[in-house]
Amino acid sequence: MSTLLEVSGVSVTFDGFRAINNLSISIGQAELRAVIGPNGAGKTTFMDIITGKTKPDQGRVIWGPRSLSLLDMSESQIARQGIGRKFQKPTVFEAQTVRENLAMALKNPRGPFDVLFYRKSRASAARIDEIAAEIGLTDDLPRRAGELSHGQKQWLEIGMLLAQDPQLLLVDEPAAGMTPAEREHTTALLVRAAETRAVVVVEHDMDFVRRLNCKVTVLHEGSVLAEGSLDHVTKNQDVIDVYLGR
Amino acid sequence: MTRSFIARNPSVLWFLLALSVFTVLVTLLSEVTGVGLVSTSFVKTLGKTLCLCLIAIAMDVVWGYCGILSLGHFAFFGLGGYAIGMWLMYARTELIVLDSLAKAPLPPTEQEVVDAIAGQIFGVVGSAEFPLLWAFAHSLTLQLLMVVLVPGLLALVFGWLAFRSRVTGVYLSILTQAMTLALSLYLFQNDSGLRGNNGLSGLQNLPGLDAVPQSVISIAFFWASAIALGLGYVLFAWVVSGKMGSVIRAIRDNEARVRFLGYHVESYKLFVFTLTAIVAAIAGALYYPQAGIINPAEIAPIASIYLAVWVAIGGRGRLYGAVIGAAFVSLLSSWFTGGSAPAVNLGFYTINWTDWWLVLLGLSFVAVTLFFPKGIGGLFDLIVLKPVADRQGDYGPDKGAWRKEEGEP
Amino acid sequence: MIIRLVCCALAICLGLSGAQAQTNAAPLQSVLQANADAVANPSRGTVDGLVAALLAADLPTVPVFLERWRDRAVYLRASDGLFYYATQVEGGYALTDVDSGADLGRVAAAEMTELRPNAGVRRVIGSALVAFQLLDDDPARRMAALDAIDRSPAEDQLEPLRLSIADEADPLLKARKIRLERLLAARFGETAEVRIAAIESLRGDLGVDARAVLNLILSTTPAVFAELPSDRNIAAVLEPGSDALSEAEAYARLVEADLAPPLTGVAAIRDALIAAIADGQVAGIPVASLTTDAAREAAYEALAATGVVPPLVTLEDQAAALAAHHFVLLYAEPDPAITAAAEETLEAISLKVNLNQTADLALDGLSLASIYFLAAIGLAITFGVMGVINMAHGEFIMMGAYTGYVVQLFIPDYTLSLIVALPLAFAVTFGAGVAMERLVIRWLYHRPLETLLATFGISIALQQLAKNIFGTQARPLTSPEWLSGTLTFNEVVSISMIRVAIFVLALIFLGLLIYILKRTRLGLEVRAVTQNPGMAASMGINPDRINMLTFGLGSGIAGIAGVAIGLYAKVTSEMGSEYIVQSFMTVVVGGVGNVWGTLAGATLIGFLQKGIEFFNPSNTLAAQTYMILFIILFIQFRPKGIIALKGRAAGD
Repeated sequence: MSTLLEVSGVSVTFDGFRAINNLSISIGQAELRAVIGPNGAGKTTFMDIITGKTKPDQGRVIWGPRSLSLLDMSESQIARQGIGRKFQKPTVFEAQTVRENLAMALKNPRGPFDVLFYRKSRASAARIDEIAAEIGLTDDLPRRAGELSHGQKQWLEIGMLLAQDPQLLLVDEPAAGMTPAEREHTTALLVRAAETRAVVVVEHDMDFVRRLNCKVTVLHEGSVLAEGSLDHVTKNQDVIDVYLGR
Repeated sequence: MTRSFIARNPSVLWFLLALSVFTVLVTLLSEVTGVGLVSTSFVKTLGKTLCLCLIAIAMDVVWGYCGILSLGHFAFFGLGGYAIGMWLMYARTELIVLDSLAKAPLPPTEQEVVDAIAGQIFGVVGSAEFPLLWAFAHSLTLQLLMVVLVPGLLALVFGWLAFRSRVTGVYLSILTQAMTLALSLYLFQNDSGLRGNNGLSGLQNLPGLDAVPQSVISIAFFWASAIALGLGYVLFAWVVSGKMGSVIRAIRDNEARVRFLGYHVESYKLFVFTLTAIVAAIAGALYYPQAGIINPAEIAPIASIYLAVWVAIGGRGRLYGAVIGAAFVSLLSSWFTGGSAPAVNLGFYTINWTDWWLVLLGLSFVAVTLFFPKGIGGLFDLIVLKPVADRQGDYGPDKGAWRKEEGEP
Repeated sequence: MIIRLVCCALAICLGLSGAQAQTNAAPLQSVLQANADAVANPSRGTVDGLVAALLAADLPTVPVFLERWRDRAVYLRASDGLFYYATQVEGGYALTDVDSGADLGRVAAAEMTELRPNAGVRRVIGSALVAFQLLDDDPARRMAALDAIDRSPAEDQLEPLRLSIADEADPLLKARKIRLERLLAARFGETAEVRIAAIESLRGDLGVDARAVLNLILSTTPAVFAELPSDRNIAAVLEPGSDALSEAEAYARLVEADLAPPLTGVAAIRDALIAAIADGQVAGIPVASLTTDAAREAAYEALAATGVVPPLVTLEDQAAALAAHHFVLLYAEPDPAITAAAEETLEAISLKVNLNQTADLALDGLSLASIYFLAAIGLAITFGVMGVINMAHGEFIMMGAYTGYVVQLFIPDYTLSLIVALPLAFAVTFGAGVAMERLVIRWLYHRPLETLLATFGISIALQQLAKNIFGTQARPLTSPEWLSGTLTFNEVVSISMIRVAIFVLALIFLGLLIYILKRTRLGLEVRAVTQNPGMAASMGINPDRINMLTFGLGSGIAGIAGVAIGLYAKVTSEMGSEYIVQSFMTVVVGGVGNVWGTLAGATLIGFLQKGIEFFNPSNTLAAQTYMILFIILFIQFRPKGIIALKGRAAGD
C-alpha cells in the first residue's frame, strides 16, 4: 500500500500549550482510518495542520506520489491538491440553494475568470443530480440550504465533499446530530468512498467507529498513543487509562 | 439550464426599461426640445445622480455581495474625475493660450505653449511647471486610459496587500478608510501636482465646444451617464448571477469555508474590488464634467461612508436597491440642503432644514439599520416574492455565526 | 563747515583761558577743559585719549557726561568756554552744570554751540558707557548693558567686559559676563591663540548665539579664480555640475565676474528676433517658420552673422569657460587655524544639539502618544473588548470638550472649572454611551459592519447637532495659569505644561484601567463576558449590564480625553473626526483587546508622526499621508497588531 499522506514529527504550540507533540501518522491510498481520542487530544488541530489552517512549529507533511510538502501551500492550494474537509459544525452556504452549494464544490477550474465565464454543462448537472441522490437531497435541490434541518445540512456538506472528488477526505464528527438510520447511511457512504480514496474520520462515538471497521489511531496529548484495529487498541492498557482511568 | 441570462434575471430587464423611459422622458421635457419643464441645471443634477447610482451599484457588489465594506470607493470615483479633469483643463487652457499667443509677433514654440498652459493652470499654487503626473494630459485617449488604469492599479495594489494579509471585516473597512484619508491628504497639498485644495475647475466647459449650448451638453452627458449606468447594471448583474455570484456570496458568508473548497478567496476579492473600483472611476469621469469642479474634499473618507449609507438605505444585496438608495438619498439631500425644503416652525424654534438635514439623515440611517435592514429595496419583496422562510440571516453571518469570525484581522 | 571750525577754534581759545578759573570744586569740568579740544571737536583719533582721561579721573559724574555727550546734549558756551548740559526750551537753552547738576538758568540760543560727535565717536563713547554700566551698582543696569552687548557685539566691548568680570558680585550676571566674554573673544580676541581658546571653550554650548558666532566666523563668500590662490583661506573648492554648484550657476558666476560673455537665453533670443522683424522676415527667414527653438536659434545665428546681435554662446564655449576657472568658497576669516577650530567646535556643538533635539523630539512624540492613547483607549475598550465599532467615538471626545467649554461659561475660575469639567465630561459621555448602547448597539451585536454604519449615523447627527448649538467657529477651552507655562530643560529641550499634564492623565488612565480590568469584580466580569458571554451569563453575570457599563466606561474616557484635547487644541464640532481615524489606527496597530496594545500602538504612531514631521517639518499633511501608508504596510507584516493574542484565544 503506497502512502498518500505522511505526517512526521509535527509539533504545534499555542501559548506554551503543546496541542500537537511530535505527531507522526501516515495514510495510504484508498484507506479508511478512524482517529479517536479524548477532548483536547489534538484531533481537530491535526486536521487544521493538514488543511493548512494551522502552521506547525516543526515537522513535515508530505503529500501524494510527487511528495509535495503541504506546509508551503495555502488552504485553497491544498484543497485543489485533492484534500477535502468536512467541519464538525455543518458549514454550508445557507443563503444559497442546495444546487448552488453543490455546483460550487464540483471539481472544476477554480480561477476567478474560469468561474466568471463558466457555463453549465450537461455533465456537471448530471453529477449534481447523482450526488443529490446519494445524499438524499434530490427533492431539495432548489431549496435554500438555510432551510434544511441540521442532519440534512450534514448530508449536504458530505455531498459537497464528494463533489470535490478529493483523494483524501477529512471528516470531523460526521454522525453528530443524526438519527441511527442516518448514521448507518453515513457509514455505508464513507466505507464506499474509501474504496477509491483515503478517508480519515474523527469521531467520538465508538459504535460508529466500530461500524466503520477500519484501522484506528488513538491520539492523546497531541501524539499517537496506539494504532491498530479497534479491538486491538481497546485492549491497550494506555488507552484504557486515558479513556477510563484518572 | 437553458434559460437565458435575462430570463433568469428579470430585474435587469425591468431596470433597463425604467431607465430608458426615464431618460427619454427627461430628454423630451428638457430645454433641448423646447419644452423646458426640466431645467438644464436639473438635467445636470439628474445626470450626476445617475453617476452616483452607478458607483452605488459598484459599492453594492463589493459590499452587499462580496461582504467587503469598502470605505474607499469614492476615492476611485474621485481619481476617475481627476483623470478626465486633467485633460479637460489642459485642452481648454491650451485653446485659450493658443488664442492669446497667436497675437504675439513670433509664432509660439511648443515649449512656450506648454509653459503658458502650466502657468495658467498652476499659477494658483505658485508653480509654473507641469509635474510628471500631467505627462499624458494633452491626449484625450491616454487620459481616458488613465481613468481606468490609475484607480484600477491602485485598487489592485491596495487590495492585494490588504487581502493577502487576510485583513477582513471592520479592519478592512478601517484600512480602506485610511487609504482614502491618505489620498485626500496628499491631494490637499499644493505640491501634489493637482492644484492642492483648489482642485480642478471649469470642467463643464468642453474644449472646442464653446458654441454648443449647455442645454445640449447636459443632455449628452445625461445620456452618457444613463448608458453607462445601464451597461454597468448589466455587467454587474451578469457578474453576480451564476457561479461567480455564488462564489462571491459564499465568500461574504464564510470565506474560510470557500477556501477549503479550493477557491483562492483573495483572487476573487481582488477581482471584485478592482472591477468595482474601475466602474467607480468611470462613474467619476462622467460625474465631474457635469459638476464642473473637483477638489480633494470630494475624496475625503466621509464621501465613501455616505456611499455605504445610500446602499444600506436602498437595500444591500440587490442592484436596483443600490440605485434606488443613491437616487433617493442624494436627491433628497440636495433638496434639503439646497434650501428648497420648507422650514418647520415649532413656535419656540424654527427647524431650518439646511441645519437639521444631517441630523435627520443620521438618525434615519440608524433607524434603517435597526428596523429595515433590507432597506427600501426590501419593499419589493413584499410585492414580488413569495414569503421566505426565516431560518437564516440574509446578510452576512447571523447570530449563529461567530462574531469574532468577522472581526478577525 | 568753515564757520563751525572757526567757532570751535574760538571756543578752544576761550576755554584755555577759562580753564584757569576752574577750581577743584568742578573736577569733571577741569578734566574736560584739560582736553577741551578733544571734547569740542572729537574725532576717532582723539576720542580714545579723552575717554581714557575721563576713566582715569574716576569721577561719578563721568557716565552721565558720556551719555549726554553721545546723545548730543552737551553744549559749549562761547562766552566762558565751559561745557554745559543743555536742553532746548522756548527762546534758548536751559543749562545744567556738569559737576553739580545745578540748574544754571536760561541762555539765548546764539550763545551755545552743540557738540556733535560723529557716528564713530559715538560708538566709542557707547562702549565706554557700557564699561561704566557694566560696573554700575544697579544689577538691572548691568543686565541692560549685557543685553546691549548681546544685541550688537563689537570689538571694543571686549576689554571693558573683561575688566568688569572680576568685581561682579551677582553670580548669575557673572556667569553671563563670562559667557559673553567668550563669545566676544571668539570673534574679536587680540591674537589667534586667544580666539582659538575662546572658540574651543564654546564646545558644548547649546545657545543659539554661540552657534551664530561660530557661523559668523565661518561665513564664506563665493569666488572665481583662474589659478587657485595659496594665500587665501579657502573653505571649499566647488566642482561645476555638482550638487553644491550646478553648471548654470557656475556660468552665471563667471558672467557676473565678467569672465565670460552672458548666455543668450530663450527669452533673449525671442526678444532679439522680435526686434529684428522686418516685412514678416527675420534675417531673411519668414517669421511663420520660427515655431521651434532650433529654428529660432538658426535665425538668431543668421542675425549674429550680420553683426546685429552678439553671437550665441555655444555649449562648448560654456564648458571651456567653466574648465578654465576654479570655483571656491572663501572664508571671510583669513586665518585657517581659527576657521578650523571653529569648524571643529561647531561640529561638536551640532552633535550635542542633535542629541538634544532628538530628546526634544522624543518628548514631543511622548506627548503626542499620550494624546493618541487618551483618544484611543476608550475605543480600545469598546472595539477591543466588546468587538463593537463605534464611529461616534470621536463625537464623544467632542462632547467632552464642549462640556468643558460650557462649564467654563458658568465657572470663571479656570482651575475650579477644570476640576468640575473632568468628572462632568465623564458623566455626560458615560450617559450618552449607555444610552447609545441601550438604544442602538445592543440590537446590532454580531453585526459589526452594521454597527459601524449605525454609529456613523449617530456621529453625523451629533456633529451637526453640535454645529447647530455651538456654531461653526472654534470655542476656547482655556487652561488654568499653572498649566500654561513651559517646562524647560535647556535651550533645545522644552515641553509645555499642558502636554505634561496630558501625559500624566494618560498614565493615570493606564493605571486605572489596568487596575479595573485586572483587579476588580467589574473587570473580571468584563473579561468573562468578552471571552464567553453564554458561560458568563450562566454563572450569574448579567451580560447586558456588563456591556452597558463597558460601553459607558469607554465613552466616559472619551469625554475626559475631550477635555484634555480641548485644552491644547480648539473645540470645534469637527474635532472628533480628526482623531477617529488615528484612534482606530492606534487600536489596530497596537493589537485589539489589549490595553498594553493600545499603549504600544499610540507610542508607535505618536513617535512615528513626530519623526516624519522632523524630516519634513513644513508639511504635516505629507507626514500624515506617509504615516498612513506606513500603517497599511505595517499591517501586512503584523496583521494582528504589535501585541497579538496568539493561538486558540485569538479566535478560530
